Amino acid sequence: MAKSDTKTARLVPPGLPNEPLLQVKDLKTHFQVPAGIVRAVNGVSLTLDRGKTLGVVGESGSGKTVLARSIMRLNLGDHVIASGSAKFEGKELLDIPMSDMPDLWGVEMAMVFQDPMTSLNPVVKIGRQVTEHIRHHHGTSKSDAKDAAIALLKSVRIPEAEARFNAYPHELSGGMRQRVSIAIALACGPKLLFADEPTTALDVTVQHSILNLLAQQQRERYMAMIMVTHDLGVVAGRADEIMVMYAGKVVERAPTKTLFEDMRHPYTEALMRSIPKVSERSHTRLSAIAGRPPDLINPPNGCSFSPRCAYAGPRCFEEAPPLVDVPGSDHQFACWLPVGSEEGKEAFERNLAARVPQAVAIAEGRVTEDLTGDLEQAAAEAVAEAAAAEEAEGT
Amino acid sequence: MAGTGKAHLRPAADTMLRVEDLVMEFPAGGGKKVHAVSGISLDVAEGETLGLVGESGCGKSTTGKAIIQLPPPTSGSVSLDGTDLAKLRGEELREARTRIQMIFQDPISSLNPRRKIGEVVAEPLNVWGPDDPEQQRDLVHKMLDAVGIDPDVAATKRPHEFSGGQCQRISIARALVMEPQLLICDEPVSALDVSVQAQILNLLEDLKVEYNLTLVFVAHDLAVVKNISDRVAVMYLGKLCEVAESNSLYETPAHPYTSLLVGSSPIPDPSIEIDESVVEEGELPSPISPPSGCRFRTRCPLADEICERVEPQMEQIGPDHFVACHHPLVTSTEVNLSPTGTDKIETKGRT
Repeated sequence: MAKSDTKTARLVPPGLPNEPLLQVKDLKTHFQVPAGIVRAVNGVSLTLDRGKTLGVVGESGSGKTVLARSIMRLNLGDHVIASGSAKFEGKELLDIPMSDMPDLWGVEMAMVFQDPMTSLNPVVKIGRQVTEHIRHHHGTSKSDAKDAAIALLKSVRIPEAEARFNAYPHELSGGMRQRVSIAIALACGPKLLFADEPTTALDVTVQHSILNLLAQQQRERYMAMIMVTHDLGVVAGRADEIMVMYAGKVVERAPTKTLFEDMRHPYTEALMRSIPKVSERSHTRLSAIAGRPPDLINPPNGCSFSPRCAYAGPRCFEEAPPLVDVPGSDHQFACWLPVGSEEGKEAFERNLAARVPQAVAIAEGRVTEDLTGDLEQAAAEAVAEAAAAEEAEGT
Repeated sequence: MAGTGKAHLRPAADTMLRVEDLVMEFPAGGGKKVHAVSGISLDVAEGETLGLVGESGCGKSTTGKAIIQLPPPTSGSVSLDGTDLAKLRGEELREARTRIQMIFQDPISSLNPRRKIGEVVAEPLNVWGPDDPEQQRDLVHKMLDAVGIDPDVAATKRPHEFSGGQCQRISIARALVMEPQLLICDEPVSALDVSVQAQILNLLEDLKVEYNLTLVFVAHDLAVVKNISDRVAVMYLGKLCEVAESNSLYETPAHPYTSLLVGSSPIPDPSIEIDESVVEEGELPSPISPPSGCRFRTRCPLADEICERVEPQMEQIGPDHFVACHHPLVTSTEVNLSPTGTDKIETKGRT
C-alpha cells in the first residue's frame, strides 16, 4: 500500500468533522417505463471519506451513471422512484426539497460529464459559463468573478486563458472543452466531485493529462471524488477504492490494490481478463465474457451475473448472493462460488468439462452462442446438466 | 515524425496492398486546404494485419477510406495485387472494390434500421453475387452462422432488436459475404464495452484464419491494436512516425510520439506508478497549416533546430522496425541490427 499511501495520506484539515463525507445506504433508483420497472440502481451502499477517490466500474447499463446522478439528485421526472438513504455530511440528501438542491450543486458537490461536446452550452461564451456559478453562489462582482475564472482556467492548464475567456465552446478542442467543464465543476470549491466517464470521449494522451489534472486539483482542494468509468485501467492507479457494479448492484468492493490482487467476484475477474493489455504479446487470445448485460426490467433470478458466469452452480440461478465481508478486511463481494475458492474452482472445472459456453468463453475466448433467446434459461440448463453429470460420475 | 520516405516498404512482389505517397486534401474555404494525409506509404502482405494508430485527427480513418477509394485520394497510388485502384474509374473500380470490404465504428448506425438482417447481409450479393435466391440465402446463413449469429432467428429481425456487439457481428457478416481479400476495420470496437470488445477481437482473429483475410485495423486504443496486429504504423497529423512489428514497437518505441502514446495508455495494474507530472498544455496543431519540418516538433521534448528545417525520413533501426525521427529514442546500434534482418522481412512477406 506504499503507493496508495502517498496518494491518500492527506491529513484531515483542522476543523473538519472526522465522519465520512458521504454515506449511502440501500439506495434504489427505479424508472417506471411502459414496459415495466427498470431497476437501474438496486440497493447500493457506500461510504466515502473526505479527500478520497472511489472508482465505480461496470459495463454500460450496470447503473453506475444513474448511481452518481441519484446521489446528486439529477434524475428528474414523475417516473423516477428513489428510495434508501444518501447522507452528505450527515444531512439526508433525499429529504431536501428539490428547490433547495441548486444551493448544493457546485458548492457542495459537482459533476464532470462524459461528453464535453454536449455538456457545455454552445451559445454561451466559456467565460460566462465559469463565472455564472461563482456569481450565483458567492455574489461576487462581475470583475472579481472574471479574475477568479481566469485563474481557474489557468489552473486547469488552458493556454491563453484571458483570450479563451471570450471563446465559444465550438472554438475549443475536445480536451480543452473537458478542461473547461472541470473548471466549471471546481469553480465553487465542491467537497465532492463526480467524474462520470470524464475521459471516455478523449484521446489517450489527452486522457492522461486530464486524469493527472483531476488528481492534482483533488489533492490541492482536499476534495473527494467518485470516478465512474468502464475502464479498469483508468481507475487502477488513481482510485483509493473500487466498487464493481453489475445490473444495478455492487458485486465487489475493495481497496484498489486488494481488488486487483485478490479479486473474488467472477465478474471482476472476467472484466479484467477481457481487457487487451499492452504488456501482452500480440495475438494473445482474450478471455471473452459470454452473453450480454441482463434486462433490468426482468432481471434473472438468483445472481444477476449467473447466466454469463463461468463458475455458476445450480444455487446461483435460484438465490441472489448477499454482499459479504472478507473476514478481517474491508473487502466485500457477493458470490456463492467466489474466484480462488475450492468450490469456485470445482464449479469452473465441472462447467468446462461439460462444455458450458460461459466456461468455454473464458478458457478459449470463443463465444458462439450469444444470440437473443433465453440466455438465462439456457445457461441454467447447461449448468444443471453439468452438475448432474458430475454427480452421476461420482456415484 | 512527419516523416516521408519508403524505407519501410517491402518488395512489391511480397505484398498484397501497397499504398505509395498517398495524399488526401480537403478544401477548407478561403483557398485553404486541410492536409488530412500528406504522402504516406504503406504495404500489407497477404494474411497480415496492419494496425494504424494515432490520435483523432491524425488521418488514420481517412487513410483507411482512401484505400477503398471513398473518396479517391488527391494523389498517390493504392495498388491491390498490382492494380492501381486510384487509376480505375466507373465499372472497373466497382468491380475491383468487391475485393475490399469495410466495417465501421458505430455498428448500429451502419446498418439500415428499416431492413431485415437477412436483407442487409444479402445486399452485396444482390449486386455482385449469384442471382439464385436459394443460393443467396445459403450464403447469408452460412456467413451469419460464422459470426456467431443464429441465422434462423436473426434473418427476419431488424437491427434495433440487437445489441451493439451483435450489430457489429452482422456488419462483419455483411462485409465477408463477398469473400473479400482485404478487410478494412475502422475503429470496429471503440463503441463497444470491454467484454464485447474481446468477443469481436477474437472473432476477427478466427475469421482471418478461416477466410484467409488480410486486415487493415484502424484504432486509437494501443492495447487493442497490439492485440490484433502483426505490424503497426503510428500516424501523426497526416504523416507516418514509426512502422514496426507490433511487439517490437511496444517494447522499444523509437519515436518520441509512440513513446508518448504508449506511456499515456492506462494500464489495469495499480502497482504501476503513474507519472502525474504530465499535464500537457496546448492543442494539436491545425492540419490546415501543419508545422514545418517534423510535424510533431511542436509537442516533442527532443525537438531542436534541425526538426524545424528538415523533414525526417523513414530509416531502419531494427529488423522490421522503421522510424522517421532525427532523434530516435532507440538507434540501430542499440537494437543491434542483424545482417539477416532484411532477409527475415522478405521471408515474412512471402509466407
